[in-house]
Amino acid sequence: MRSIDIITQLLELIVALAAAPLFVGWTNQCRAWLQNRSAPSLWLPYRGIRKLFHKDAVIAEGASRLFRLAPYIVFAAMVVAAGIIPSMGTRLPLTQVADAIALVGLLATARVFMSLAAMDIGTAFGTLGARREMMVGFLAEPALLMVIFVASLISATTALPAITEHLATQTLGLYPSLAFTAVAFLMVLLAENARIPVDNPATHLELTMIHEAMLLEYSARHLALMEWASALKLFNYACIGFALFIPWGVSTRGSAPVALLASIPLLALKLGAAGAILALIETVSAKLRVFRAPEFLATAFLFAVLGLLVHLLLGA
Amino acid sequence: MAPVLHSPLDACLTLLALWGLIGLAGLARPTSLRYVGRTLFPLGALVGVAVAVVAFWSLDAPTERAVLVVGLPDLPMHLRRDALSSFFLFLLGAASAGISVFAAGYFRKGHGTSAGLLCLQYHLFLASMGFLLLADDAYAFMVAWETMALSSYFLVTTQHSLAEIRRAGFLYLLIAHVGAIAILLAFGVMQGGSWQFTFDAMRHAHLAPAWAAAAFLLALFGFGAKAGLVPLHVWLPEAHPAAPSPVSALMSGVMLKTAVYGVLRVTFDLLGAPQWWWGVVALTVGLFSALYGVVFAAAQTDMKRLLAWSSIENVGIIFTGLGLAIVFHGAGMAGLAALALIALLYHSLNHSFMKSLLFCGTGAVLHSTGERNLGRLGGLIHRMPWVAWLTLIGALALAGLPPLNGFVSEWLLLQAFLFAHQVPQTFVNMLLPLGAAVVALAAALAAYVMVKFFGVIFLGQPREATLVKAHDAGVLERIGLAWLALGCITLGLIPTQVVGALRTVVRQLAHVDLPNPTAPWWLLEPLPGRLASYSGPAFLLAMAAVVFLTIFGVRLFYHQRVRRAPPWDCGFVRLDPRMQDTAEGFGQPIRHIFEPFFAMKRELPSPFDPAPRYRVLIADPIWQRLYEPLESLVQRVADALSVLQQGRIATYLLYSFVTLVVLLAVVL
Repeated sequence: MRSIDIITQLLELIVALAAAPLFVGWTNQCRAWLQNRSAPSLWLPYRGIRKLFHKDAVIAEGASRLFRLAPYIVFAAMVVAAGIIPSMGTRLPLTQVADAIALVGLLATARVFMSLAAMDIGTAFGTLGARREMMVGFLAEPALLMVIFVASLISATTALPAITEHLATQTLGLYPSLAFTAVAFLMVLLAENARIPVDNPATHLELTMIHEAMLLEYSARHLALMEWASALKLFNYACIGFALFIPWGVSTRGSAPVALLASIPLLALKLGAAGAILALIETVSAKLRVFRAPEFLATAFLFAVLGLLVHLLLGA
Repeated sequence: MAPVLHSPLDACLTLLALWGLIGLAGLARPTSLRYVGRTLFPLGALVGVAVAVVAFWSLDAPTERAVLVVGLPDLPMHLRRDALSSFFLFLLGAASAGISVFAAGYFRKGHGTSAGLLCLQYHLFLASMGFLLLADDAYAFMVAWETMALSSYFLVTTQHSLAEIRRAGFLYLLIAHVGAIAILLAFGVMQGGSWQFTFDAMRHAHLAPAWAAAAFLLALFGFGAKAGLVPLHVWLPEAHPAAPSPVSALMSGVMLKTAVYGVLRVTFDLLGAPQWWWGVVALTVGLFSALYGVVFAAAQTDMKRLLAWSSIENVGIIFTGLGLAIVFHGAGMAGLAALALIALLYHSLNHSFMKSLLFCGTGAVLHSTGERNLGRLGGLIHRMPWVAWLTLIGALALAGLPPLNGFVSEWLLLQAFLFAHQVPQTFVNMLLPLGAAVVALAAALAAYVMVKFFGVIFLGQPREATLVKAHDAGVLERIGLAWLALGCITLGLIPTQVVGALRTVVRQLAHVDLPNPTAPWWLLEPLPGRLASYSGPAFLLAMAAVVFLTIFGVRLFYHQRVRRAPPWDCGFVRLDPRMQDTAEGFGQPIRHIFEPFFAMKRELPSPFDPAPRYRVLIADPIWQRLYEPLESLVQRVADALSVLQQGRIATYLLYSFVTLVVLLAVVL
């Protein structure tokens, strides 16, 4: 392990932690513009988190230790996930420890703990949210795994940096299989991050909410960690998308250490575009009824499996 | 005793005999719970530990044989211990040690079988499973197999005063015997005209491909009936919940694995050269069982039935691994065949710990609340923290979350699927990615099932007023649970060492091997050069480091103030336990999405009903579509044959006379 590896690893973690709320703020700003509202400040998510950390935690009387532990585990899962997704450089020591399948496992750990915590107090909304979250999850998780499988098959590895390097150094050819999986991935991203058309991050309308329903009983530092974790989750998903579908510009093992610095503005550019696209999708689509969400996700799953079959049939 | 123990095989036999003796000792004071529970069961657990230790040390010892001159004249029992036997003996010993300690605290005074008799049946069950793993001829194997089936039948029907339990026991016995016939026929085919029923003769018999295939299919049917493969699974969701919890744990955790052992022994050892299409059969059946099992598990409202269905899922995953291994073996891809075999053995070991842990956890809940119905539980994490936290480990492991053990074996299986794209048969090539998709779906659904299981039992508010009186498990029960939980954690943290040990088994069994690892001890890299690696300990370290840094950071920069208040619940004032999701509610999305899987009967209230009632009954369509027509067919055939039954002795004498004449005509 060389010092540049450790620097890359730390830089990735710090940038993820620092930039994730900004990414959420940027997306919200874009959406406000598109919807002809006056946009909130770009720094609003940071202020929200800071405010929450200063407040006294109010915990429901029936809560167990699991309820208090869950935010830390969810947050840790997202931070570790940020450490294994090559968003800027591929020299990441942590990726040896956990490959792409373990990344999916990590996201599942966060989801399970969040759902368990939501069931802990025994409110109507909490259990409803937990059930719906697991419903979205059990279809989104295999779809994500299939997306990753296609990329793994193309590059004959499940290590994310190796996948990214392989895809980045290819001559610019079109992979029809990746086109299918990109669609699947986008659908999974929307569903897993509680975005329209599956969930609406901007509302607490009881009958439709999923993600927010699970966080209703959280307050103060626990809520701050949960909010930060969901910002990190969105950031992570965006970075998985970059790593698989637009891997260019990441500093690879062969490149000079300076390339790492060059990759920071490039990542900012990618995130800026991704946020704008996300806002656009959320603006032009309507929210599905909850019962339609499985169909949406089953479509994603089928697209991913189709991508896999296309890869095997055409070898591309 | 010293001269007896000069080889691991002798040591194992001695230990199995000790189990038998402990069982018999139960008859000395059959009604004394103190004697049976506090003395004999802990002793049995110690023997279990000893079996595990001996099996572990003998894993790479050379194969040994012995001939036991007991039983019928001129029909001695051949015994043999090789790496495969040792591995399954380890599984038996290690898992049963935890279960026996738990059982020591579990059995109380109640209706049904007395404690001493229960002790005999329980230890006979253990000893017969051990003997089965050592058998080296069809005779010894079948004797052990039947002893296992019978002793477990009596254990299932412990509460024999209940008609429902007698029915479950009968169903179990019936399917066990249909399976046993198929196994016997498989042995009959495999002796290949030599009329020698030792396994050695079967290893050397040269079977025509069609006969070998017949033997494999018979064995798959027979062992599949014991393992609970769909459509032979119908006994499993009936018998497992009927049995006392430690027995359910033993049946689900260990007995199902003897069927895996049997099928491995037949396919790779006795038949030797499996044909690739057998793998496709096993793969298809396995995948279907995995999906079917987990979907039904998600819809259950009885906690033990839920776990039984989840066992069907896991058996499906194990047989999926078997199918993959056969396909790769048939295609000459040694490394991948070894990987698939290791994944399936690893998953068997993992499942024996996770499922035993969960069954014992439900046992503790059942004891303290008297309730098996998920709709009447809830909030038990406050009343029984030990059981809750230890069960949580099992639930997370079964959900396949890193860094626990369930994740590692699924990871290995997915790796085997991923690098499988050069199988010569094109259609298998198309099938494999679909298989990977089904495994991924089943694993994700398993997480759903486990959130439902743990959340509804242990979290939320108690759904019944009586639950306030629930008490935590006793010391012995806690030790048993902790042992099993420790197994789940350890197996997750030392995957490299476990895979190293399993390589010995696989090398000896199927003559395939993984390349030597080049990675350091803490990093699991099954196929070097493929750039696929995972490390349990480092993963745990990373997670723990972030958790502690976060806790520390929050404490350092902010504060630790906490205020308790009533739940907010969007400002709703009256909060009632009935507002929580029920088990039915939690299963609703699954029922909705997988509707064609279920045979459902819904009773919906009309909008103007003064006393509205909602009820949904879920049945297994295989029962209706396969077993009920079969039952009526048997009934019709029996009716048709009943004309022979005249009830007059003269007619029966005439039958005997005609039979004799016909036989004489044939012989002469």
